[in-house]
Amino acid sequence: MISAALIRSLDRNATIFLAILAAATVLIPLCNLLFPPESAFHIPTYLVSLFGKYVCYALLALSIDLVWGYCGILSLGHGAFFALGGYAMGMYLMRQIGTRGVYADPILPDFMVFLNWPELPIFWYGFQNFAYAALMVLLVPGVLAFVFGWFAFRSRVTGVYLSIITQAMTFALLLGFFRNNFGFGGNNGLTDFKDILGFNVQSAGTRASLFAISCIALALGFLICRAIVTSKFGKVLIAIRDAESRTRFLGYRVESYKLFVFTLSACMAGVAGALYVPQVGIINPSEFAPGNSIEAVIWVAVGGRGTLTGAVLGAILVNYAKTTFTSGVLAPYWLFVLGSLFIAVTLLLPRGIVGTYQHWKLTRGEKKAEAAASGAPRAAE
Amino acid sequence: MRMIFVRLFAFVLALGLYLAAPVAYAQTFDQALAKFATDDFSDTDEGIAAVAVSGNPMAAAVIEALQDARLAYDPASKKVYIKDKDRVLDAATGNAVASPPADLETVRVNNRLRRAIEAALGGLTLMSADPDKRTEAAQAVFKSRDAKTLPALNTAIAKETNSNIKRALVEARASVVLGSDDASEADKIEAIAVIKARGDQDAVSLLSGVTSDAPLPVYRAAQAGVTAIQNQLEMWSGVQNAWYGLSLGSVLLLAAIGLAITFGVMGVINMAHGEMVMIGAYVTFSVQELIRTYNPGLFDYSLLIAVPLAFLVSGVIGIAIERGIIRFLYGRPLETLLATWGLSLILQQAVRTAFGPTNREVGNPSWMSGAFEVGQINITYGRLWIIVFTLVVFAALLAMLRFTRLGLEMRAVTQNRAMAASMGIRTARIDALTFGLGSGIAGIAGVALSQIDNVSPNLGQGYIIDSFLVVVFGGVGNLWGTLVGAFTLGIANKFLEPFAGAVLGKIAILVLIILFIQKRPRGMFALKGRAIET
Amino acid sequence: MMDKQTTSSLLYLDGVTVSFDGFKALNDLSLAVEPGEMRAIIGPNGAGKTTMMDVVTGKTRPDGGEVFFEGGAHDLSKLDETQIAELGIGRKFQKPTVFDMHSVEDNLLLALKNNRGVRSTLLWRASAEQDKRINGILDTIRLKTLRERVAGSLSHGQKQWLEIGMLLAQEPKLLLVDEPVAGMTDLETQQTAELLKEINREKTVIVVEHDMAFVRELGVKVTVLHEGAVLAEGSIDQVSSNERVIEVYLGR
Repeated sequence: MISAALIRSLDRNATIFLAILAAATVLIPLCNLLFPPESAFHIPTYLVSLFGKYVCYALLALSIDLVWGYCGILSLGHGAFFALGGYAMGMYLMRQIGTRGVYADPILPDFMVFLNWPELPIFWYGFQNFAYAALMVLLVPGVLAFVFGWFAFRSRVTGVYLSIITQAMTFALLLGFFRNNFGFGGNNGLTDFKDILGFNVQSAGTRASLFAISCIALALGFLICRAIVTSKFGKVLIAIRDAESRTRFLGYRVESYKLFVFTLSACMAGVAGALYVPQVGIINPSEFAPGNSIEAVIWVAVGGRGTLTGAVLGAILVNYAKTTFTSGVLAPYWLFVLGSLFIAVTLLLPRGIVGTYQHWKLTRGEKKAEAAASGAPRAAE
Repeated sequence: MRMIFVRLFAFVLALGLYLAAPVAYAQTFDQALAKFATDDFSDTDEGIAAVAVSGNPMAAAVIEALQDARLAYDPASKKVYIKDKDRVLDAATGNAVASPPADLETVRVNNRLRRAIEAALGGLTLMSADPDKRTEAAQAVFKSRDAKTLPALNTAIAKETNSNIKRALVEARASVVLGSDDASEADKIEAIAVIKARGDQDAVSLLSGVTSDAPLPVYRAAQAGVTAIQNQLEMWSGVQNAWYGLSLGSVLLLAAIGLAITFGVMGVINMAHGEMVMIGAYVTFSVQELIRTYNPGLFDYSLLIAVPLAFLVSGVIGIAIERGIIRFLYGRPLETLLATWGLSLILQQAVRTAFGPTNREVGNPSWMSGAFEVGQINITYGRLWIIVFTLVVFAALLAMLRFTRLGLEMRAVTQNRAMAASMGIRTARIDALTFGLGSGIAGIAGVALSQIDNVSPNLGQGYIIDSFLVVVFGGVGNLWGTLVGAFTLGIANKFLEPFAGAVLGKIAILVLIILFIQKRPRGMFALKGRAIET
Repeated sequence: MMDKQTTSSLLYLDGVTVSFDGFKALNDLSLAVEPGEMRAIIGPNGAGKTTMMDVVTGKTRPDGGEVFFEGGAHDLSKLDETQIAELGIGRKFQKPTVFDMHSVEDNLLLALKNNRGVRSTLLWRASAEQDKRINGILDTIRLKTLRERVAGSLSHGQKQWLEIGMLLAQEPKLLLVDEPVAGMTDLETQQTAELLKEINREKTVIVVEHDMAFVRELGVKVTVLHEGAVLAEGSIDQVSSNERVIEVYLGR
């Protein structure tokens, strides 16, 4: 049943995409681990982690595309789900430090010792267990999205109103996580990680594995999204996006559809955040900044919303450009570029790269068909 | 009443005579000074008392020097000196000493002596020519409650002409009387009445100091006083919160009022609205820089000059944005949101490049500085002017929309574009002008906000979410809703702060608004009907 | 408290009032439609026709009055759009609203009477039976050759028909059809009238229309609305000779 759904969902584009992803999953870690540093084929570990970061962003973009591109919900709060997943993973990694912290407390992370906390807060319990932390990675963003969505969709908060309150949500979380007494390390966040599942997070092998796992997570996310958008459920989503009240009059319970897809999307964003944290080595409240969420939306817009490969492509392209710009002399101009990108994409390329390409192919195909149709009688003569 | 006064007078007289008795021994000022040279705390104490009552013109200088550890003595000659920067003065005469002894010892003091010093100084400065000094002295006595100052207090009260200082002196005397072991029950109750009238936190702690060991009527009066004051203080803290809330509300309104036009009336989601505010603040900065360079005398008028300029600059930029970007995106609010966010990034970075990333100093003109007190609350002129300014801007905007041709056309276009166009209104022009108006008002807001906030490229970011929440909370398309929304949120915020703290208070407000929008997605004063559905 | 009429009528409105900021869009409107009936509703702009549709389909809550479906079995004023649609009330909008990005086939598929739940759409699979029904509807609305076309690229008339097709696919008990022939050619108008009559053989239909020729073509009972209330009711000839109706339509 599920495999049937997966097979149905694989068209040519999707297959090409998955093939490229599979190649990257295998080749990049191999090039990092097998070839010596002086070899031309060697990929340095920092690049592997950088690519891993891109892959996590791509998964975040995918989750945004699912709600925005297919269901028309412009969430400006997905950065918050990403960060919450990241914090859940960060809490696991903090608990793994154990006595190797500066204060060598076997239970309490350094910042709690520093703040003179007598004992571990209850919400930190269980995070030393990876399975529990992994569950929380899904559950925390998922439950928040569910509760938030339940209120919002039931009272039919739509369009920009929804965008604004999702932004207010991430802003409120930003303020909260900045506070020391919130129990998540205040503005320093969580960092100085040592081990993940017993492997050193800094080591090349772990980094390469994390990269590969991120790629696999992206592939899974992609397949789930494909399965959803090609199902009848996906058709209902598009119907909601294009004519919400018409869909209601057809008898579909729009809020249930939105709630399902919003919650699923938040869980995906949480996974992306969880994979992101061990690769960059830190999670702090700035991840909740409203700007981050909007930036992630523009990745999707650049690549082409409503196209899953577009979301991935957009995330990687924009972040590659960001890395290139901000690491060189052009750093002060990055915000000009990013800002212009927002404007240029919305004004000039509303379908995004992949969307424009698909549209071009479609119209060309229709023209060809028309030409063939009009040419047919002549051929018969 | 009269009876009580006579008794009080008699009491004060008696007490004064009793306390003045040591003066009769009339040690000379020199003898008093000699007490400081023995390096013995109790001698120093006597010295302080003796100097305080000596009436010598050097008395205040000596005690002050003692307080600042500048009073020194020569162990050999037992003479006392005052160290004054790089000079050394003879404590007895005040004349500079040409060649002071080499090994001067500083007169040491301990905490008990420090209290004595404060009391003595209080007494000494009670009759100073400087009214500020007298007030300070009265307050010092109120705190020290040194019975020795009573005669000086009585004299000072008799002489005092300034009613405020006189009240402070009477309160000081009441404080002393209440603490004194010799005062009668009636006098103490009288004193409690005086302190109760003072009605602040100091009065509460003073009255709470009256323990149940005191005679029952006195104790009861003190307790009643505490309750009364605390009730009053609570009332004042409510008023204070309301005032802070009004102040915050006016800032929110100022930031949101332009948005109420662009978002509320036109339905355009301008995420660069905060940057229009920021530009207004930088216009103010630039105006002040020019004034500082070319004509410092105009500084007090800098804001008056900046207001129209900021309106023009932000307004023109707003029109350019509308013509260049937004007009292509009408009917596509989500795209508008993204494009204008990009624009906000560009504007921030442009200002950062031009003016630098750090905070720029924007000064307050003299009429914006200072404060005055109403009852127990402190009102700064800056905040007061901002509230007044906000209401003036709001009223002007309402009047503009209601009474001018442009306002009429704006309302026509926003209500029924097609109909307005067919009536010959150039809708594109009106769109641009309306957007320019909203942006210009944001610029004006920037002038005001430059007075109370850091002027940095990030200035606008801090207001954008709040502004949207105010407009949405108040009800889109309704200026009065924005007004009520801003003040409601401002006051709610300030009343939540004492319980939850500033940050949690803000979070609580955000959560409440999110819940509120769920209940009433179109705000408090939403228009109802079919028209707005589309 | 229900009188006899609620028990026999399919749709029963009594004393329904809706006001927007003081303006009464519906003012004590009462209307009863029997099962199997086709009813035409006419009236000038602002008479409350669309608001009445909104009330019946749950888009607008009435400020007062009763709205019952199926002989008083369901109080529509307490249900939302989805629940009402599930009860079997289908609506065609004044402006044709089809899903522009979906193909004609997918539009019908979405409308097809089926489980509307999240789980069933996630696990949905194509079936020969559904295919047959879609084919049948495509025949009825004469769009068979355009099956794969994106609905957004259809002509205005074709969209109107597709929407009627979607209405049929829903298999509702009551169809509310808002201005079905607006913007149609004479031929299309005539075909639409025939189509509606055909549909009416099995289902109850309420048609809101401006086009008097079309209403005459339908040849059914007519209700005239004016200022949110019923002005007259009867055959087309009766109401068009009614003095008050003439006054309203031709001005006083």
